[in-house]
Amino acid sequence: MMSVQSELSAEPLIRVDRLCKTYSLESGVNGTVNSQVLYDVSLSINRGEFVAIMGHSGSGKSTLMNLLGCLDTPTSGHYWLAGRDVASLSEEELASVRNHNLGFVFQGFNLLKRMTALDNVATPLLYAGVSRTESRQRAQELLQQTGLGKFSEYQPNQLSGGQQQRVAISRALVNNPQLILADEPTGNLDTQTSGEIMGVFERLNREKGITIVLVTHEDDIAAYASRLVRLKDGRVIHDSKVDS
Amino acid sequence: MLGMIIGVAAVVLMLSIGQGAQATVNQAIASMGSNLFIVLPGATSSGAMRQTSGSVQTLTLGDAQAVAGLPSIKAVAPIITGTAQLNFGANNWSTVVTGVTTDYFRVRNWSTEDGEVFTDTDFRSAARVVVLGQVTAKNLFGDEDPTGKTIRIKKSPFIVTGVLAAKGQSLDGRDQDDSVFIPLTTGQRQIFGSQFPGTIRFMMVQGKSPEVMEEAESEINQLLRQRHRLAEGVDSDFTVRNMAALAAVATGAAKVMSLMLGAIASVSLLVGGIGIMNIMLVSVTERTREIGIRMAIGANRRAILTQFLLEALVICILGGLAGVALGIGGAWAVSRAADMVVVITLGMVGLAFFFASAVGIFFGFYPAKKAASLRPVEALRYE
Ligand SMILES: Nc1ncnc2c1ncn2[C@@H]1O[C@H](COP(=O)(O)OP(=O)(O)OP(=O)(O)O)[C@@H](O)[C@H]1O
Ligand SMILES: [Mg+2]
Repeated sequence: MMSVQSELSAEPLIRVDRLCKTYSLESGVNGTVNSQVLYDVSLSINRGEFVAIMGHSGSGKSTLMNLLGCLDTPTSGHYWLAGRDVASLSEEELASVRNHNLGFVFQGFNLLKRMTALDNVATPLLYAGVSRTESRQRAQELLQQTGLGKFSEYQPNQLSGGQQQRVAISRALVNNPQLILADEPTGNLDTQTSGEIMGVFERLNREKGITIVLVTHEDDIAAYASRLVRLKDGRVIHDSKVDS
Repeated sequence: MLGMIIGVAAVVLMLSIGQGAQATVNQAIASMGSNLFIVLPGATSSGAMRQTSGSVQTLTLGDAQAVAGLPSIKAVAPIITGTAQLNFGANNWSTVVTGVTTDYFRVRNWSTEDGEVFTDTDFRSAARVVVLGQVTAKNLFGDEDPTGKTIRIKKSPFIVTGVLAAKGQSLDGRDQDDSVFIPLTTGQRQIFGSQFPGTIRFMMVQGKSPEVMEEAESEINQLLRQRHRLAEGVDSDFTVRNMAALAAVATGAAKVMSLMLGAIASVSLLVGGIGIMNIMLVSVTERTREIGIRMAIGANRRAILTQFLLEALVICILGGLAGVALGIGGAWAVSRAADMVVVITLGMVGLAFFFASAVGIFFGFYPAKKAASLRPVEALRYE
């Protein structure tokens, strides 16, 4: 094991510097209670890396992922995504970043109900201003690639968990992002299906060079990654390359 | 959607009934004739409009002719009435037979639809001629043309000179078209006989203009007291009623009813509005997660607001249209079932529709705006 120094030659895709996150809880008795969840997290992730984040439940993995995905804002610290300071972006620009630059895959799939798999995958393209026919065409190609071509007209509740997660991955990929953020994408799936989903991620990373950051509790899932980051109580306690 | 439909339907229904009632009263008033007094025999009692028959018969044809001579009076129509059996061939019909002078039709502003009313010559010679109301004509003759035919009233033959135009309901709810009119003289001598020896049941008096009505009323009172030789301080044995005043009361009552229904309609609109609001709020609450997902995949605030605004619009327009249709259908059912006149105006339909839409759009839009201003994580975590 050797610790990774960020290569100074190229700008890393993700660079966070002393990121902190404190939640304020409204409590009836004591007024507001602050609880700090992330403490000075600093990380650099280069293009093409496949990073697994592990840690105990409550260690702040999801909190960190939400910050990396521009779904939440840090209490302090800085985050540069592809060289851009995220804090300086407007609401509109953040929406555009979420739309174009990254794809988020959730543990709970988070597909839109009452919408077909095809429409779910096509929706980000519509927000990007792509025409309906073109969006649907591209969505259909992606579903085909993830082996769901037959299911494009199914609604989420008619699909298995693995199929739903593949729809969600297709949706994350539809705008050709450089970065995929996946928060326990196999958390709700059995071992066999998890393997298939991880195969998809591995291929995306190997063949298309897409950067992947993935949270997991399981060592054999983390084994797909080329780098492992461990969090404990909101701090990075371990960061190393692994050989696959 | 349901709240929307019911709210709009209730308002349309209430308003159409209220307007219908008002229209009915207005029409009855218009059908009465203008600047009218009714002079009845008997002292002013509790204020009942019509004295029960047979109590007193103090008014005569002479009184009527004398009143006609007053300067402020345009015309006088002395009237006798009774019910009688009518026959035409095998058809029987029992109805009100009214004995009148030719002035009656002028005072009531009532013209014939077919044929003519009888003439002054008929009146003087007490001819056996009759003018039919629409309903009576229909009942006796069906589709046949009654003019020139002979009907029997209490077994005596009468020639039909014409059929009157339809007049509709009177203020007291009688169907004015179910009646026949014969010369007063003929009635006195041949039909009602001893019941009215020279007396009349009542008279309608038409003033020259609305301005002279007060003056005319006192002139009539003075003249009749004098003719009836009533000493100072003795109660009059007749009553003069100003129909304009009565009409004002009736119009007022119809207005009050219309207002009341309007108030009920406003309440139902309010309740409907609250219903719409709730539905919209619930749907947005349910969909806060959806908003979170959409933001996570790159929807900006504007795209989300546009979507919710469009959805609210569609719900409101469809619900509003369904409500308007239901309201109009309901109004039609009421008019059929209760035999009531209902009036549906574009204004009331528009009012109901736009109020409901405004409520629906506001409460569809406002919570969506709130949800869209959350950070995506907050919206996603929303339960
Ligand atoms: N919205 C919130 N308000 C207050 N506290 C929060 C909120 N979200 C998370 N926390 C707290 O932050 C801490 C970290 O939560 P987080 O979801 O990041 O953990 P995690 O590492 O993803 O855990 P798991 O493995 O169970 O998913 C927890 O103690 C949690 O209680
Ligand atoms: Mg988590």
